[in-house]
Amino acid sequence: MSTYAQKKGFGATLWDFLTTVDHKKIAILYLIAGGFFFILGGLEALFIRIQLAVPNNDFVSAGFYNEILTMHGTTMIFLAAMPLVFAFMNAVMPLQIGARDVAFPFLNSLGFWLFFFGGVFLNLSWFLGGAPDAGWTSYASLSLASETHGIDFYALGLQISGAGTLIGGINFLVTIVNMRAPGMTYMRMPMFTWATFVTSALILFAFPPLTVGLFLLIFDRMFGANFFDVSMGGNTVIWEHLFWIFGHPEVYILILPAFGIFSEIFAIFSRKRLFGYSSMVFATVLIGFLGFMVWAHHMFTTGLGPIANAIFAVATMAIAVPTGIKIFNWLFTMWGGSIKFTTPMLWAVAFIPSFVAGGVTGVMLASAAADYQYHDSYFVVAHFHYVIVGGVVFALFAGAHLYWPKMFGTMLNETLGKITFWLFLIGFHLTFFIQHFLGLMGMPRRIFTFLPGQGLETGNLISSIGAIFMAVAVIVLLINVIMTSVKNEKVGNDPWGDGRTLEWAIASPPPFYNFKQLPLVRGLDAYWLEKMEGKKGMTPAEPLGDIHMPNNSFIPFVISFGLFIAAFGAMYRADYAWGLPVLILGMAVTLGSMFVRSIKDDHGFHIHKEDLMEDDNDKGVKA
Amino acid sequence: MANQQPSSGNPRVDIEYRRKKSAEEMRYQIVSFTLMIFLTIVAFVAVGYEGFSGWFTVPFILLLAVIQVIFQLYYFMHMSHKGHEAPALFLYSGVAVGAITILAFTTIIWW
Repeated sequence: MSTYAQKKGFGATLWDFLTTVDHKKIAILYLIAGGFFFILGGLEALFIRIQLAVPNNDFVSAGFYNEILTMHGTTMIFLAAMPLVFAFMNAVMPLQIGARDVAFPFLNSLGFWLFFFGGVFLNLSWFLGGAPDAGWTSYASLSLASETHGIDFYALGLQISGAGTLIGGINFLVTIVNMRAPGMTYMRMPMFTWATFVTSALILFAFPPLTVGLFLLIFDRMFGANFFDVSMGGNTVIWEHLFWIFGHPEVYILILPAFGIFSEIFAIFSRKRLFGYSSMVFATVLIGFLGFMVWAHHMFTTGLGPIANAIFAVATMAIAVPTGIKIFNWLFTMWGGSIKFTTPMLWAVAFIPSFVAGGVTGVMLASAAADYQYHDSYFVVAHFHYVIVGGVVFALFAGAHLYWPKMFGTMLNETLGKITFWLFLIGFHLTFFIQHFLGLMGMPRRIFTFLPGQGLETGNLISSIGAIFMAVAVIVLLINVIMTSVKNEKVGNDPWGDGRTLEWAIASPPPFYNFKQLPLVRGLDAYWLEKMEGKKGMTPAEPLGDIHMPNNSFIPFVISFGLFIAAFGAMYRADYAWGLPVLILGMAVTLGSMFVRSIKDDHGFHIHKEDLMEDDNDKGVKA
Repeated sequence: MANQQPSSGNPRVDIEYRRKKSAEEMRYQIVSFTLMIFLTIVAFVAVGYEGFSGWFTVPFILLLAVIQVIFQLYYFMHMSHKGHEAPALFLYSGVAVGAITILAFTTIIWW
């Protein structure tokens, strides 16, 4: 429609983003919100490293250190890594399968706003009496003993944002099952779409245990229940199990999309078909499957007994097999390829040794007997930062550079991108490699300071210096983003020149209806196939017709805002008289807006064929 | 989207075949409904009868419950039809995850 091309003012743009149900705009919202929380979590990480740079430091107090440490972990996992992963899934997955949007655009928007308000609620704890301080795992005995409202913020905030994530996951599942373009069979889906599919299934099965655990914690802390209180007949270990039944799949929820992004990058920049595509699919599904039977390896020292420990140890080591398959497939994809070392490719190449290092320490930690030595030491900290930073964060940086043109229509500067890469790579290894040895030397994790003369000074100082490199790298990336946005040099469909999958077949950024005509998919790497046959674009699978589109809606924002209000009511119910009315008011806002949504028919609108033909300026109408 | 025709408007649909299929479907539903009523009565009798101990009754009615769930899914919710592979996969995955959780809780936490 021609009206959409008009230049809009700031207010109109803001309103557009508040009400949008378009997966591409929601992806941008996820990217901005996730990026904001990433910087917040990064600042917390810097405070941690400043505090630990020298022995006996008093940069922060012990209690405040606990809050920073808890919020660093919680923010990075729930509010930075997951939304950023969701940003790429939203931006790319519907395009990769040749869909016009996700299956439930309204729910997509609801999922984002729930996450956003949950995250804001959690971070308001800084200004309202103290942040949560029991670690991101929030083990029940410790979290029940915490005196401030911090843990309440944690439980309620994660409950709200977790609901958003669950909604998003189900939405992606339905989209991939039902909305693939003609010819797009399961075994022709791009690897990133497969990763999204398996990740969403993991979200579907992993988030309910977290929801249950958080509700039990909420009941215990705010409503006088005793699920985890041993003195009242409860069982504190139940929290650990519920948390890790969620928590272990959660790390695969983060890493599988990372694998997906890297699979795309290796194929694109080696200019070769992904080696062993079907074994990659198999490995992804197998990792997802095994991810549900290994959770107790986080609890080896809880006292589960030798049989349980042995079972979970063996199951954990089994995961190394599909992961190894993937690593070799990536190496063989590069083998004999015509490799281009662009910024995304640099991240991908650096990812392999970094992630393998994290995987090796993972197998070390998986052997239960040895884990008694490593448990709660900096060795564990080094391990999970190697897999999460070396795997997930590398993929997020790589994905940001790779998909920036598809999301915004401009290319990030390659030189600055490479500077970011090298600074971050050096900083990352400087920070975390030495932590393996700090751990083996006996430095416990989550400790707020250490004494001089125990051999920990040099290692910690090196680690803190590395953190500065990473901070500078992120600043360079931000400068890059600002420069690129100011210059605003638009690029075409396939700015990397070697795009293989459907998203590169349409304009950057794509029109709001994505595909004028749904494309006909004739094999894996559909767009590459057409290019190799000398065609300019995809063959349409349908004649040009009216396109049915959903209307924008402000209701998701209101539903989420209602829960945000209700959370304050639930938290202060025992302290103040206004707590209960606020809780009821918030729930009324949420349920009322859901009611409005249910009774008010919203049939969306059609883009008419004539408008589509008028709109056409790059390519002629086909068929 | 707009180009897809609803299948009901297709003139080539074999009405006779459809009718026969529906009748067959109806018969299955009535049979399974009768069976479900019968199983419910059996469950009540098992609980009411003094001669059975709890060690027999509880597993027995749980078994009956599982059978009822299967009837419900396959006959009333049409999972026996084609095109339900994806829901079946996710249902069974969910059952597996739930079963592993219950198994772990009963073996390593509570007993």
